[in-house]
Amino acid sequence: MAFDYDKYIRPGKLPHIWCPGCGHGIIMKGLIRAIDTVGLKKEDTAIVSGIGCASRLPGYMDCCTLHTAHGRAAAFATGVKMARPEMTVILVGGDGDGTAIGGNHFIHACRRNIDMTYIIMNNNIYGMTGGQFSPCTPTGAKASTTPYGNPDPAFDVAKLAIGAGATFVARGTAYHATQIDKLIAEAIQHKGFSVVEILDDCPTTYGRRNKFKSVVEMMNRLKEIAVPVKAAEKMTPEQLQGKVLTGVLYKEDKPEYCEQYAKLIERAQGGAK
Amino acid sequence: MAKKVAFLQGNEAAAHGALYAGCKFFGGYPITPSTEVAEVMSAELPKVGGKFIQMEDEIGAMASIIGASLTGLKTLTSTSGPGLSLKQENIGYACITEVPCVIINVMRGGPSTGMPTGPSQSDVMVAKWGTHGDHPAICLVPASVQELLEEMVRAFNLAEKYRTPVMVMPDEIVAHMRERVVFPEPGELEVIDRAAPSVSPEQYKPYDTQFGDIPPLASFGSGYKFHVTGLNKMADGFPTTKASIVQAEEERQVRKVEANKADIMKWEEYMVEDAEIIIVAFGSTSRSARFAVNEARKQGIKAGLFRLITFWPFPEERLLELSKQAKAFITPEMNLGMCTGVVKGCVEGNAPVHGIFRVDGEPINPGQILDKMKEVK
Ligand SMILES: Cc1ncc(C[n+]2csc(CCOP(=O)(O)OP(=O)(O)O)c2C)c(N)n1
Ligand code: SF4
Repeated sequence: MAFDYDKYIRPGKLPHIWCPGCGHGIIMKGLIRAIDTVGLKKEDTAIVSGIGCASRLPGYMDCCTLHTAHGRAAAFATGVKMARPEMTVILVGGDGDGTAIGGNHFIHACRRNIDMTYIIMNNNIYGMTGGQFSPCTPTGAKASTTPYGNPDPAFDVAKLAIGAGATFVARGTAYHATQIDKLIAEAIQHKGFSVVEILDDCPTTYGRRNKFKSVVEMMNRLKEIAVPVKAAEKMTPEQLQGKVLTGVLYKEDKPEYCEQYAKLIERAQGGAK
Repeated sequence: MAKKVAFLQGNEAAAHGALYAGCKFFGGYPITPSTEVAEVMSAELPKVGGKFIQMEDEIGAMASIIGASLTGLKTLTSTSGPGLSLKQENIGYACITEVPCVIINVMRGGPSTGMPTGPSQSDVMVAKWGTHGDHPAICLVPASVQELLEEMVRAFNLAEKYRTPVMVMPDEIVAHMRERVVFPEPGELEVIDRAAPSVSPEQYKPYDTQFGDIPPLASFGSGYKFHVTGLNKMADGFPTTKASIVQAEEERQVRKVEANKADIMKWEEYMVEDAEIIIVAFGSTSRSARFAVNEARKQGIKAGLFRLITFWPFPEERLLELSKQAKAFITPEMNLGMCTGVVKGCVEGNAPVHGIFRVDGEPINPGQILDKMKEVK
């Protein structure tokens, strides 16, 4: 039997706002399958986002959903999770939202290692505002504010997350749709701050300007550049040129913030030292 | 049993007021002269099972207290000047999403970094106009350490009752001075909790006006699922651009406070019955003003003090009434005329309004006010 996505979609809230060919919908389906796999209860799951096309995702999900200010999802989510650690908190948003305006909240959420899962939909561009470059736009690429080609170097989101202290970091792509749910499910089950970067496409504002002839071509690019971490082990640096690793890139067990805080409360109340 | 008495600093008393009101979550970022609030909360909250988090910046601090409030907790942040500027976007978010929370802003010199340890009263306009768009504003301006404690309790009550952020703005003098404080006994001051929904999770809508202008707010994680967004929204919390709904919702959000002004506004009148000169003042300045009024009376000048305790909403109607009796108003304030302008608007030209302005980090002293009284008499 086909998977029943409707169980997790809010009645009456579709169709979504995303353009034909946008990868955000593929990621939402992956998230739904992951929630189902892990067996989360909708009323105990909070989905938090900032602003952007990607950040519209929570509105479609039949959970406790919080669509906040641009870049601030991690900070709002920190309040939710700390106040109610028994809830599962999942953050979603775009690369611009998460790494530009939200960069500070992002790195500090990684550092704290609070048990939340952050799905960054990296389409290399600011989609919602019409295609201005983001910190993830490749150098030289065209965007509405880089008419001569992007002069900025780009962030590697996964490396940034690992460097900042996230204890689970994975990468997938919107092309590899069946892998998304597995990565997200593992991220949710990981105790600590998990980041899942999903390479995504924005045919409307990125593809058009950067000479992709079709959505299919954009998707094929994702297919071509992705190399699973296992396969990469056997590849030479030359072979890895221009490729991007996918799968679970980093995993570590470290004390989780809310658990540590619970111990702090015990100490303050004169309990365990 | 004798009540607990302590010699406390304003900021410390503010924190104790928050705890009395049942605050269980504090998210902050340190800034002088408000840091002691965070310090006391970090020590006291865990003792009562509450949580303190020092966020990476003020934007995050404000965001965290909105997130925590949505799970049902009473939440607080404290800041000063530049920190308040950073919090503005999310204060607007709390306004439109109607999430209760309390913000202490200790007024220091500005704009920008200004005078980090110098007192001012120059954030009262930011309290109303700081975030963009039309929105309700409640701002309390206590004048003593005891009052700061008690007004904190009232701030939480107003936040919970009207589902909106509430600002408490002591000037640096009130926040940093030490005075005797008598702790209220449990139950002595009213403590209000937000209304819980009376409908089932299936029927629940976070902005359902069939329950009036202030619909009950459910908590995330309590079995209720709902959507919260900073976009203009419908009763179910989902975005809309439908003109009639947007207009009605914007008006309702402002009306929540405007229609309940009588409940929210608080002021003190001292010798105004027969006063010909009325001083309108707040915070530490009002203490100099009271002294000046006493001196003036001794010298045969019919002076009185109108002390604002709530700055927003502003007691326009009462000042208009008084303007028919007074020959002049004097408005001493540690800024360049913010309150003066508002009072001028209230009195509609019935009486002249003379400002005394200081932005040099020095308090306004009674002598200055007395001199002004003699000048305008
Ligand atoms: C404070 C603030 N600054 C700017 C904006 C405008 N803005 C809205 S969405 C967006 C970019 C979104 O890009 P991204 O996060 O990459 O998501 P996408 O739309 O590509 O999915 C910007 C700059 C805003 N809403 N708020
Ligand atoms: S503009 Fe781009 S990111 Fe936004 S919905 Fe369209 S394709 Fe997706």
